[in-house]
Amino acid sequence: MAEILELKEAVARYVKDGSTIAMEGFTHLIPHAAGHEIIRQSRRNLHAIRMTPDMVYDQLIGAGCVSKLTFSWGGNPGVGSLHRFRDAVENNWPHQIEIEEHSHAGMAARYVAGASGLPFGVLRGYVGTDLVDQTSSIRTISCPFTDEELTAVPAINPDVSIIHAQRADREGNVQLWGLLGVQREAVLAAKASIVTVEEIVDKLTPVSGGVVIPSWVVSAVCLVSNGAYPSYASGYSERDNSFYKSWDDIAKDRESFVEWVKNHILGTTDFDSFSRSAGISALV
Amino acid sequence: MAIASTSASNSAPTSANQISTDDLMIVNAARVLGTLAAAGKAACFVGIGLPSTAANLARRLYSPEPVLIYESGCIGSKPTRLPLSIGDGELADTSDSVVSVPEIFSYWLQAGRIDVGFLGGAQLDKFGNINSTVIGSYDKPKTRLPGAGGAPEIAATAGQVIVIMRQTKRAFVDRCDFRTSFGFGDGPGHRERLGLRGGGPKIVITDLGVLEPDLETCELVQTQMHLGVTAEQCVENTGWKLRIAENVITTEAVTDREVNALRELQSAT
Repeated sequence: MAEILELKEAVARYVKDGSTIAMEGFTHLIPHAAGHEIIRQSRRNLHAIRMTPDMVYDQLIGAGCVSKLTFSWGGNPGVGSLHRFRDAVENNWPHQIEIEEHSHAGMAARYVAGASGLPFGVLRGYVGTDLVDQTSSIRTISCPFTDEELTAVPAINPDVSIIHAQRADREGNVQLWGLLGVQREAVLAAKASIVTVEEIVDKLTPVSGGVVIPSWVVSAVCLVSNGAYPSYASGYSERDNSFYKSWDDIAKDRESFVEWVKNHILGTTDFDSFSRSAGISALV
Repeated sequence: MAIASTSASNSAPTSANQISTDDLMIVNAARVLGTLAAAGKAACFVGIGLPSTAANLARRLYSPEPVLIYESGCIGSKPTRLPLSIGDGELADTSDSVVSVPEIFSYWLQAGRIDVGFLGGAQLDKFGNINSTVIGSYDKPKTRLPGAGGAPEIAATAGQVIVIMRQTKRAFVDRCDFRTSFGFGDGPGHRERLGLRGGGPKIVITDLGVLEPDLETCELVQTQMHLGVTAEQCVENTGWKLRIAENVITTEAVTDREVNALRELQSAT
């Protein structure tokens, strides 16, 4: 059964130095508040996994929390580069990070394998690309029935997966809808999971296209309304595209990034105080 | 020729200098999608930016219209405005179906249900291979790019690939620094040897014109130039020894109908 916890406590309990973490959200429901809390608690040497590391992973990398990144696309969607990610890979700032690089199809297969309790996923993928030479977790196998050559990728089983969802009930059953990304697989693949939600309700009512993740496969549910900001939660909030654009300027140079993290994450106590500090009009 | 005459080109032509080179690329890509949809190849896997704009423009100009599929899990999206990211709620809200990310890549792309994949990148080589990973060496990159995303499997599996990129010497290279997405590899027969199921790049739409692979050599050849563009310009802006097709044609002028539909789309965003 999931426990209803404060985010601060859930992160302290489940995210340790050296943990393998996956914070998923494919362009929707991105768990920004949880990412901030990890920075606030100064976690180090994380192996961070994500199909689409974007702004929140840029923050984790720049803040020095990450020693390894496993990913398939690292950018600021609709805007351009992730400057902190680039600075880490190109110039080892704030320190060197190891990267393990895949394609989306491969990462999806890895999560499905992880959620299924299988050692690897199989796909027709990567053939002819240079990724095969750089990533040791891409191998060829032959189909035992047809002899067709296929690609195998190892399961992903994070120590903890963190997602944001629209709501939960008081038992900790979690409901999400809209673009579902790979969040259900990430939770089921992980040893522990934290879900931040917009709202905790007495009873979940069905929503078209929605899924429910039962309480007994979730470790902690934390109430953080707007906790995906500047991403969004369909039915609750809109994506703040202007903040994604302004991130480009904030993250472009090290000084302005460090200052921003110091003032708005390290200098604040939780996501509400971050919103006030950062002057985010949509939230305060 | 991939860019066939369609109903849109029957309207009066518009002066070319009224539209930007981006818009010119978008209109030409929309024409290709319209032609493909008319031939029953409607299922189009689109990314954000020029491909998404072109696909949405084609939906407004042609019947049958292309079916827009976004990697965020949206199938049959009919956005009323241009999405700002593939995660834009508008895409999900206007879709026939929304599926998870593992499902979009396995049941839809890998299973061969996508007719047209739309790709861009930082570098394109003469055999249509694309780099979206690094400029320079992998271990010590001069520029670290976002990476593969969905592109490698789109390039391998889609019925055909349309590439949309600005034609410059820096981007159109003899050999990519990194092969993120496989075009024709090292040349004829390479796709077949690897067992890739999709048709590979069929058309490259640029700000100068259109390139298509030579059927025998697989090398990209300039088959079309936009109004006012010269063969010298195309050669100068290409990093390999570019061949101009003997029967190179001039792009049909952009029509009022196309411009108006594009402006309407852009102003709704």
